[in-house]
This record gives sequence, C-alpha cells and structure tokens, in this order.
Amino acid sequence: MSEPMPNEPILTLANVEAAYGAVKAIRGVSLKVPKGAIVTVLGANGAGKTTILKTISGILDPQKGSIAFKGEAIERRDPADIVRRGISQAPEGREVFPLLSVRNNLMMGAYTRSDRDQVARDIELVESYFPILKERADQDAGLLSGGQQQMLSISRALMANPDLLLLDEPSLGLSPKLTQEIFAIVKRINRERGVTILLVEQNAALALATADIGYILELGRIVMEGPAAELAEKDDVKEFYLGQKDVGVRGQRRWKKKKMWR
Amino acid sequence: MQFIQLVISGLAQGCIYGLIALGFVLIYKATETVNFAQGELLMIGAFAGLFASTVLGLPYWLALVAAMIATAIVGFGLERVVLRPILGQSAVSIVMVTIGIGYMSRGLITMLPVVGTDTHTLPVPFRGEVFRVGGLVISAEHIVIIVTTIVLCALLAALFRYTKVGVAMQAMSQNQLAAYYMGIPVKRLSSLVWAIAAAVAAIAGILLAPLTFIHANMGLIGIKAFPAAVIGGFTSLPGAIVGGLIIGVVEQLAGFYLIEGFKDAAPFIVVLAMLIFKPNGLFGERLAKKV
Repeated sequence: MSEPMPNEPILTLANVEAAYGAVKAIRGVSLKVPKGAIVTVLGANGAGKTTILKTISGILDPQKGSIAFKGEAIERRDPADIVRRGISQAPEGREVFPLLSVRNNLMMGAYTRSDRDQVARDIELVESYFPILKERADQDAGLLSGGQQQMLSISRALMANPDLLLLDEPSLGLSPKLTQEIFAIVKRINRERGVTILLVEQNAALALATADIGYILELGRIVMEGPAAELAEKDDVKEFYLGQKDVGVRGQRRWKKKKMWR
Repeated sequence: MQFIQLVISGLAQGCIYGLIALGFVLIYKATETVNFAQGELLMIGAFAGLFASTVLGLPYWLALVAAMIATAIVGFGLERVVLRPILGQSAVSIVMVTIGIGYMSRGLITMLPVVGTDTHTLPVPFRGEVFRVGGLVISAEHIVIIVTTIVLCALLAALFRYTKVGVAMQAMSQNQLAAYYMGIPVKRLSSLVWAIAAAVAAIAGILLAPLTFIHANMGLIGIKAFPAAVIGGFTSLPGAIVGGLIIGVVEQLAGFYLIEGFKDAAPFIVVLAMLIFKPNGLFGERLAKKV
C-alpha cells in the first residue's frame, strides 16, 4: 500500500475544544487529514468522536481552536457553507429522511449543487456502488433496512460531490458481513474518486485495516496517532481496541493491568 | 335537498377552516411551533385585500394577489424578527409569543383611524349571484371559495412534490438535523414556510370576506380552524383540508338540526371524540426510528 503521509493536509484541526452546555466533549483535539487518505479516529463510547465530526460540519461551534479546510478557516461557519466548500457527512445513526423516497433523499444530498447533469450522473454512480438504491428508488427511505439506510446515508453524502467525506460509525447496528461490504466500498470510493475520508469507528479492527492513518481518542483527547498498520501492532491498541489477549510471562492474562498513556 | 344544500355551504365554510388549518400545519411541521396568530394573519390578509381594492383600486383578483404578497411579507418578517430569536426556548414561551402577536395585531389594526372597530365590505364582482342546479341554490361566493381552495391545494401539492425547495421543506420537517448536514438552509426555509402560511391565510381571509365582512376580530375564526388541524392529525396537509371540511359540514348540520347553541360547540365535540377514539387524527404520522 502506498503511504499518503507526505501529502499536504486537506483538513487540519488545531486544539479544538467543544462542549454541550457545561459538559466538555473534546478537550484540545489536533489532527491532520492528508489529501486523498483514509483517516480513522477510534475511541470508546463518549470519547468525543461524533463531537469532532459535528464540529467540522458546523453543527456545533468550537469554543477554542481552529479548523482549516483547503487552507481556509471554517470554524463557526454555517453548515450549508461547509457543504459547499466540499465537506459532507454521513451522520451517526444514518438520519435519512424517512418519508422521502430513496431518490429524493439522494437529491437532498445534492441540495447545494446546481449542475443538474452532473447530479444525474452522480446518482447513477452511487447506484452502481449500491444497486439496492436503484431497486428501491421510489420507496420511502423509512422502509429500508438498517443496512440499506446506511448505504443511502453514505450515498446521500457523496451526492454533495465532496472532497472530504465524514463517516460516523458506518458499522453501527449492521451485521459483520454487511459492515465488510460497506467498508470495501468506502475504500473503493476513496481510491476511484480520490475522495479523502475521515472515518470514526468503534470497530477498530476493520477501521485500522481500511485506513491509512489512525488517531485514538480518549475522554476528549488524542492519546495516540500514527500509520494505521503500526497502530494495529501496538500492544495497548491490541489489548484495548482489538480485543487480543496480552499473555504475560507466566502464561496468564494480567487482568489488573492499567492503561496508561500519559 | 335541504340536506345537500346544507352540506354544500358547510363545505364552503369548511374550505376556509381548512385553509387556516393548513397554515397551522405548515408552520407546525416546518418549525414545530403552533402559530396561534394564524387567524390574525387571515385578518391582516383581508384588510390588505380591502386596501388594495378600495384605496389602490385594483380589481378583485389582483387585490387577492396583492394581499397574498403583502401578508406573505408580514409572515416572513414575523418569523425572521420575532420568532427566530426565541428559537430553542420552551414550546410554551413560543406559543405565548404567537398569542401575543395575535392580540397586538388586533389592537394595532383598530388603532388605524379609517379602520377602527367598524365592519367593512370587500367589493366582489360576484356578490349576490346564485346558480340554480336542479333544486339547489348555490351562491357564487361558495363556488369561488371551493374552486380557489382546490386550485390552491393543487399548487401547494405541486410545490411540495416537484420542486427542490418543496422537497427540502419536507426533508427539514422530517429530520431537521439531517437537513442541516445536507446544507439545506433550514432557517431561510422556515421563514419561507411562514410566508407561505401567511399567504394561504390571506386567501382564506379574502374568501371569507363576503360571508362575514372584514373587521378586526374576524381572525377569531382561527379558534374553530384549530380543531380542523387536530382532526387531520396536525402533521398532514391533506388532513388539514379534510378536517376543515368535516368541521364545516358538522357545524352547518348542527346549526340546522340541533337546538340553538350547538353550532359553535359542534367542532369541539368532534375534536373531543376524535382525541378519544383516534388520538393521532385521521392522517397523523407515527414513525419509529430504526436502530
């Protein structure tokens, strides 16, 4: 696999802090997403993964720090403005429009675009990735299965023709087989269309296998970063995120081992 | 024959209720706010029409269009200036604000020297004309009301089904967060929905004018249109019209066949029955999210 590390970053977060009311969700997150790469942010429930993506998309305003996309500051911008600049998101929990047809859901993904012909071509393209969306084009999105809704959510985000695609837990609630399929297509989208991808996941094994670079987030802070392949080899990551046993000298598992990264 | 006669005038009256209810539902779906000033928007629309035809001398249909535009601007402005700043406050506060808007607009209109508390007559080209079909006598006013309502509903249906902005309005009412993610300008569309609801109210006001005349309190009819929206389920546009028609017909029949006093109570009795037996209304939406 080629290392996209040297590419200049398309997205840079510097010391971003964000909170829901009094509850700080991310405490000074810095990360770089190189152009054309797949970057993953791993972390447990409540680590702040979704908050990072919400802050990038402009749904949440950061209290401190800066976010630069293609060299321009985008923090505290209107979400619509951010979509127009080339960042779109398939949010956590899919969030399709349940009473709109599948086709209209896709059209809403392209709301900020006015190039009709290109939009029509992009609909064909996403339907080639996920043929079920063509079969169900006229059905209400609320009637799709969870996996199909996830496919729709990703496709809808692609319809904005983004340079950077944010994916929030695409594996949530899906069968392992379906998750594998979706990740394979995510990788294909990245390689074929050159879309940079920032992927937030709990399924660490699959995410590290798919991504080029990984960040590990705990309690709102980045605690580890590096090429995904290297991260997957680290003992701590293996034990706490990949669920592989750490066998001690005496051949027993050390149950009381504390995780200490700082 | 008498029965059919009553039903027809009930349907015409019901169209008015339906149009006001449509305004309730439009605004509720888009912004989750119940606008209790909907009746006052109707009143403002009627006065705007009166102004356009008596002062500016516009013919009836042009006055209708002018009133729609003027009231739409009022609705747009109300959302932008009064409601958007209190977005996120509790539903009760927002409802209180809309009630306040209603009281204020009633007060302000009576303060205009030429308007006052008088009743005014909107000049209409078809006043007093009747059509005789078989043994039925149908007044031109009723026909105009019914036809205009049908045309308006067709236009609105086309807007919501076939235009990008219309579909986006549906989208934002179904999932506002997702609408933000898609880059749909949710706030601007909210103002636009208010403008549409206000324009619809203006039409209702001008259609109502030949039946009740124009006066500062004509907006109180909104209280009767509220049950119409509830019967329709409060989230369904066709439901609002159907609810309006039911209320209109029930009211007419109750007024004729039942003892004095039942006419005004009938809509609320229907609503109580509806809430007991079918709390989601006729066309209410119920959605369970898949996890």
